[in-house]
Amino acid sequence: MNRLTYIGIAIAILFILAAIFAPLIATHDVTVQNLLARYAMPSGEHWFGTDSLGRDVFSRVIYGARISLQVGITVVTVSTVVGTVIGAIAGFYGGWVDKFLSGYLFNVVLAFPGLLLAIAMVAFLGAGLGKLIFALCVIGWVGYARVIRGQVLKVREYDFVQAARALGASNMRILFTHILPNAIQPLIVQASLGMAGAVLSEASLSFLGLGIPPPAPSWGTMIEEARGLDILYNAPHVLFFPGIAIALTVLAFNFIGDGLREYLDPKQRKR
Amino acid sequence: MKYTILNFLRQLLLTLLVVFTVVSLVTLLIEFVPGDPATTILGETATQEQLDSFRAKHGLDRPAFFFTVNSEKGFQWNGVDNRYADYWLGLLQGDLGKSFRTDRPVLDMILERYPSTIELALVSMLIAISIAVPLGVLAGKNKNSLIDNFSSFIALLGISLPTFVIGPFLVYLFAVKYQIFAPTYSGNPEDILLPAVTLGAALSAILTRMVRSSVIEELGEDYVRTARAKGLSESKVVYKHVLKNGLIPVVTILGLQLGVLLAGAIITEKIFSWQGLGLLLLDDGIGKRDYRLVQGCVLVISVTYILANSLTDLVYRWLDPRIRLS
Repeated sequence: MNRLTYIGIAIAILFILAAIFAPLIATHDVTVQNLLARYAMPSGEHWFGTDSLGRDVFSRVIYGARISLQVGITVVTVSTVVGTVIGAIAGFYGGWVDKFLSGYLFNVVLAFPGLLLAIAMVAFLGAGLGKLIFALCVIGWVGYARVIRGQVLKVREYDFVQAARALGASNMRILFTHILPNAIQPLIVQASLGMAGAVLSEASLSFLGLGIPPPAPSWGTMIEEARGLDILYNAPHVLFFPGIAIALTVLAFNFIGDGLREYLDPKQRKR
Repeated sequence: MKYTILNFLRQLLLTLLVVFTVVSLVTLLIEFVPGDPATTILGETATQEQLDSFRAKHGLDRPAFFFTVNSEKGFQWNGVDNRYADYWLGLLQGDLGKSFRTDRPVLDMILERYPSTIELALVSMLIAISIAVPLGVLAGKNKNSLIDNFSSFIALLGISLPTFVIGPFLVYLFAVKYQIFAPTYSGNPEDILLPAVTLGAALSAILTRMVRSSVIEELGEDYVRTARAKGLSESKVVYKHVLKNGLIPVVTILGLQLGVLLAGAIITEKIFSWQGLGLLLLDDGIGKRDYRLVQGCVLVISVTYILANSLTDLVYRWLDPRIRLS
């Protein structure tokens, strides 16, 4: 694995630790307003300064990691499970089942501009954490399904699968105890990239006012609140810190994904 | 040849299927709106008569689909007289229905705003090209040098910084700190620059990488050796021969990436209050709960995106026979 992958892993660990231990790390209550301390510059009292309502930006960025991680992990887990089941079915059964699933369903979901589908769903269903996660899963599962289908197609031709079949193992047993354990490795790559995608989508939707409603400190919401001209004029750091947090997190998981892909598939290693 | 036509037909069929699914999705999603659109639009104080007339005008009093299934009556066949069929019939005649709020045809509202979005997408594409081609060529020519690493770093920034981070940062730098541009659209032609750079940042990053690897690949070809052996200067070799060949796939794909930019402009339009299709969807559609308008905008944006992608795929297959065969 290259240096960037290790940098990615380090940032990701910091991000996860910040999310888990947010109550211990945060120096202030994230929703408490202090109108006397608006637009404070970074200082010993407020490490990242305060926003237009006098809330502590450092604490909000730390708690924002919690929201991102929560959305990211839920979306990646649900998408992985759904994608694995559907992809495995498509790859294992083949025939018209595969034609319908991979030929039609996968392509339809992939052809749709992902963020727009999420926007449309939230617009019709209403905003909120649960609906946001649901919308991101609806667009997210197909990446995993495609990876698993390809793997299952490959693994099911191996000798040990034929052997299991000759011994009289049932389809389900072959699929779950023989094929899947040998097919899931590339999912790690997909999950890492999926994490970056989910964090970014959550922030994008929250930025548009279609994700997690304020005053919850989502990074997207924080940026939306920080882009008013008076804030930019008085306290640009309110924009700076959540922006850096999003960029670093997304970058970290992309580095990990790319690094793992190269590591797992030597053919893709850089020439 | 037969293979190509078959592939083309497959692609066409798939595109039609995707468009069909999108239309079905936007028509059926409206059924999941919490509460009742008529009450949402007219408010709690509306009389029963007003509600009924609103529903009749927009077809909301008719069944949603060919059949309904509910716990009371079980399966019920509604016939062809339903909203889903209506929307399709209208669509085939170029009618996207009437706005719940303004009563204007949705298509007119969309056509009014679409040119601004296209303009923004075109300018951001131009900016992306003018950054990516020189940077990509320099990086490719000097592989693994300082300039190559620098361009990789810039490309990485462009890819990893989301639009809604780049946009406000540019506003801060160029509108607040140095006051060169207006923060939002004010009617001056140069106001397009900040939103265009914001929208084009990711594309220029991807493009830089493409140009770089294209140049590296072409530099290893036999014709380059011939050109050098002829005694051509290095810049002539690169700009006259390598670029010409290496840019064919890049430029073709780029032209078709316009669709992707059009679909991606929603966030940029919001940041800069750019009066395009994305802002129409966000402010007038979702903001005012004008679900008919939301349907129309989502449909138009996604169909643009889907067609652009299908075309890209087709042209790419045609350009690169290795993809055609696999």
